[in-house]
Amino acid sequence: MKILKRLGLWTAIAVTFVISVFPLYYAFITSFEFGSALFTPSYWPKMFDLTNYISVFLEQPFARNILNSIIVAVTVVAISLFLGVTAAYALGRVAFRGRAALLLTVLSVSMFPQVAVLSGMFELIRSIGIYNSLPGLILANLVLTLPFTVWVLTTFMRELPKELEEAAFVDGASPVQLIYHVFLPLMWPAMVTTGLLAFIVAWNEFLFALTFTLSNDMRTVPVAIALITGGSQYELPWGAIMAASVIVTVPLVALVLVFQRKIVAGLTAGAVKG
Amino acid sequence: MASSSALTDSRASSSAPTRSRASSNALTRSRVRSAWMFMIPMLAVLALVAGWPLLRTIWLSFTDATLDATSNAQFIGLANYYNATWGGVLSDPMWWNSVWNTLWFMGVSVSLELVLGLALALLLNQAFRGRGLLRAAVLVPWAIPTVVSAQMWGWMLHDQFGVINDMLMTVGFISDPIAWTAGSTTAMWAVVMVDVWKTTPFMALLILTGLQMLPSDCYEAAKVDGVHPFKVFWKVTLPLLKPAIMVAVIFRALDALRIFDLIYVLTSNASSTMTMSVYARQQLVDFQDVGYGSAASTMLFLIIAVLTVAYITLGKVKLGSEGQS
Repeated sequence: MKILKRLGLWTAIAVTFVISVFPLYYAFITSFEFGSALFTPSYWPKMFDLTNYISVFLEQPFARNILNSIIVAVTVVAISLFLGVTAAYALGRVAFRGRAALLLTVLSVSMFPQVAVLSGMFELIRSIGIYNSLPGLILANLVLTLPFTVWVLTTFMRELPKELEEAAFVDGASPVQLIYHVFLPLMWPAMVTTGLLAFIVAWNEFLFALTFTLSNDMRTVPVAIALITGGSQYELPWGAIMAASVIVTVPLVALVLVFQRKIVAGLTAGAVKG
Repeated sequence: MASSSALTDSRASSSAPTRSRASSNALTRSRVRSAWMFMIPMLAVLALVAGWPLLRTIWLSFTDATLDATSNAQFIGLANYYNATWGGVLSDPMWWNSVWNTLWFMGVSVSLELVLGLALALLLNQAFRGRGLLRAAVLVPWAIPTVVSAQMWGWMLHDQFGVINDMLMTVGFISDPIAWTAGSTTAMWAVVMVDVWKTTPFMALLILTGLQMLPSDCYEAAKVDGVHPFKVFWKVTLPLLKPAIMVAVIFRALDALRIFDLIYVLTSNASSTMTMSVYARQQLVDFQDVGYGSAASTMLFLIIAVLTVAYITLGKVKLGSEGQS
């Protein structure tokens, strides 16, 4: 009976492991295959050919796409964190009338379907003259990252001991000094977590990037990967798609694994407590 | 609300011995004033990127705006929603098809993710060697961008060269390759499968956090009394986990209702998998009919708002930590 139980446990572990990792593994081995090898399914690496990786960078502006994604994601994270941490101080540390209503409004924005702001955002972006440009994508992405940044940072901010600011106020510190010298050092772990989550959201964003860009060299990575086309109209260049997928996924997976605990903490702060 | 007033009370009483009441009030007032100063930038940006575009979308849904001319659009009332001559969104069978597809997708994918996520959380809660490794492996699907996972699975599900067909044919489950993403019955299941693969870890992690917060004395008591583990799960674990599960479910359900990228990449605009977001974007961008597309977007917004309010009220979910503390 005990052996049977052990066996069941290890089968479940093995199955879970394989299902989780196999697609990435399979993309990885496919990305090194070229020509006819691509079209016979194999479960083990059978060739090591860098043609796909070279073609991604030579036939597509993929380096430019990666740069675009980095610029958009980093700027969005910086703006969200700056606005988020100042607002979180007010929402988390100061009691005022309407605070609960404000928090609820911020939360409800994070429940918006993206499509609901699509035509209004399109019009806004075009009227400012930032259609098909990175500033347009940065502006649009804020609607996704800002609400949960505020929400998660407020949750963290509220957990800091109350004596902190009382001591600082007795010493005559201004609110700006308070945030900068007292809260910011304590908020770093929370900001790293929130920043990482915001980065992932902005890095993966697809609908806005697809709709608000027109030319290949303004696209971000997800749009580029979704729209990679090959020589002929009917055949997708699967090898190149897999190579591009591996290039953008491996750093992201590494990032998530390194910061596992922080990310899980952020997710649960945003959802369970939030 | 209760906690915020409690906060003011405790603050007022703690500062009462050191300061006079008047100066404490002045301090509170200046703190509140500076609090608003700190919130204004965030609120202004949120109004610009969320409030204004949403209001404009709703307004445009009452006009005949097209993609190249949104500014000189004419007000046409509710004609985009319903009119006697050419119908409108509410009489378009494709719209109702996409509503049905979205609800079906939400129901099936969230149920599967809940059941599998619960199982996965229970598995990760066991003590075994290599648990850290498994936890890391489980996070891999979550870390992969949606578009990339759609492409990876699109390749694995390829009708001629796909590894899934190869596996199933080797084992003998099927004799001929299946066109997973092209067939009208299999396409939606393919989408569900990829979504379940990608988001079950999220569900599992949220439930796992709930599991780890459960009081251990209940379990010790049950163990001493010799209650069957299965009964313990049903009678103790599940009821205690309910709050964590309810919140995880609403987050997943909201994501499922607005799903776009996975479907767009895996099956493009096929009618068998078309969801409300895909429908609205097709009208807006591909057909350039901003008025009509905005009407569909507004409908989606309303449906999500109604379902959210209903779920929170009926399920008595406490979303705000104000309510919890």
